[in-house]
Amino acid sequence: MSAFKMFDLMSSGMLESIKIFFLTLIFTLPLGMIVAFGRMAKCSLIRNITKLYIAIMRGTPLMLQLFVVYYGPYYLFKIPLTTEYRFYAVIIGFVINYAAYFAEIYRSGIESMPKGQYEAAKVLGYNKIQTFFKIILPQVIKRILPSVTNEIITLVKDTSLAFAIGYVEMFSLAKSVSAAQTSMVPFVISGVFYFVFNLLVAFVMGRVEKKMSYYKI
Amino acid sequence: MALLEIKNIKKSFQDLEVLKNISLKVEEGDVLSIIGPSGSGKSTLLRCATMLETMDGGELIYLDEKAAWNNEKGQSVYAKKSDLRRIQGYFGLVFQNFNLFPHYTVLKNLEDAPIHVQKRDKKEVRSECMELLRRMGLEEKANAYPCELSGGQQQRVSIARALAMKPKILFFDEPTSALDPELTGEILKVMKELAQEHMTMVIVTHEMSFARDVSSRVIFMENGYIVEDGDPNEIMVNPKNERTREFLSHFNDNLG
Repeated sequence: MSAFKMFDLMSSGMLESIKIFFLTLIFTLPLGMIVAFGRMAKCSLIRNITKLYIAIMRGTPLMLQLFVVYYGPYYLFKIPLTTEYRFYAVIIGFVINYAAYFAEIYRSGIESMPKGQYEAAKVLGYNKIQTFFKIILPQVIKRILPSVTNEIITLVKDTSLAFAIGYVEMFSLAKSVSAAQTSMVPFVISGVFYFVFNLLVAFVMGRVEKKMSYYKI
Repeated sequence: MALLEIKNIKKSFQDLEVLKNISLKVEEGDVLSIIGPSGSGKSTLLRCATMLETMDGGELIYLDEKAAWNNEKGQSVYAKKSDLRRIQGYFGLVFQNFNLFPHYTVLKNLEDAPIHVQKRDKKEVRSECMELLRRMGLEEKANAYPCELSGGQQQRVSIARALAMKPKILFFDEPTSALDPELTGEILKVMKELAQEHMTMVIVTHEMSFARDVSSRVIFMENGYIVEDGDPNEIMVNPKNERTREFLSHFNDNLG
């Protein structure tokens, strides 16, 4: 079987991997912000619950979390598993895991902002929402961009973990094509896929960073 | 009517009593310099007056409107948010380290709050802000970012930003302390011009000759008390109080 044919067999899986990647990112970026606010909340109950959540998400394997999300409803409540749910389980698993990491990145950015920016905004009469969205957030985004890029690159590679709960994405196809053809080529193709994907991510994030370099903090 | 009236302010940080029962009135046109050694409470007084710190006790009144008053236990109670927001509009504050918004151009630093907080007409605000920049000699920097400016230029922008809000009273918190002597001169010149235009100003400063020559009134603070309050010439040239005299002796070279 030609490498091209193998690539063709794997291409539907590539689309699935890309789908997991974008859906996770779309939900995680705002959810991470909400978790970050929980982590910084004045109310100690909310703060401690959020702390525990982050500790669990960061302290246990993503693969285990995917298992819990996917099999949990069946083992706990005898809800039958469906292929449709498998996809939701993948997205839910990734989103709740990555939101914890993004929350900590957001928090580090927000807490690194000098007090003077808040004070200047207060004296000028900006309300809290204006202060956050007009003054603080744009500067936070600039500050955290390198860490965000890191996290996004990790996410690209982590999409392969969907394989663990039997979701057919690129990596699981690579494995089955490889086994059927007794060939290393599918693995090489999958390696190239992740590598090129991440080159693109690095390129795009580099452009964004450059776009924000018109001012210094 | 006093523009600002402070009655019996008390403020502590943990066990440290920083302001001990301070009262003060600022009338329209006053140029009031607050001097005193580090840790005397000058900056805390300014921060209480501008509501960046909450007072433990005491009253804060701008143009007869109460921003804070004492409850029956003698603790400060602040007015409701909407009232505080209106009162906030009566004053402006120039910080020691400028605190410009780095992601906004010079012009946007000036015009954003008048447009989005005070909801004033964009065109009108734009032309007023350009006029302010002209007065500060920064017209050609309108589209520059703060990081492209010298410290002195940044401080002039921050003065212009405060003036763009049309405050009735302008506070300065050691406005030249982050600048070298040459740049200090350019800021003092701007402040002198404002004084000549009868802008009401309250200035916490270590520039003794400026306090003596430009202000209409000087307050000497120490250990959370106002030790002296009066005419700059009387206090700074012939200080009666022993402590004031000792403090000022450190600056004799400058005052010469």
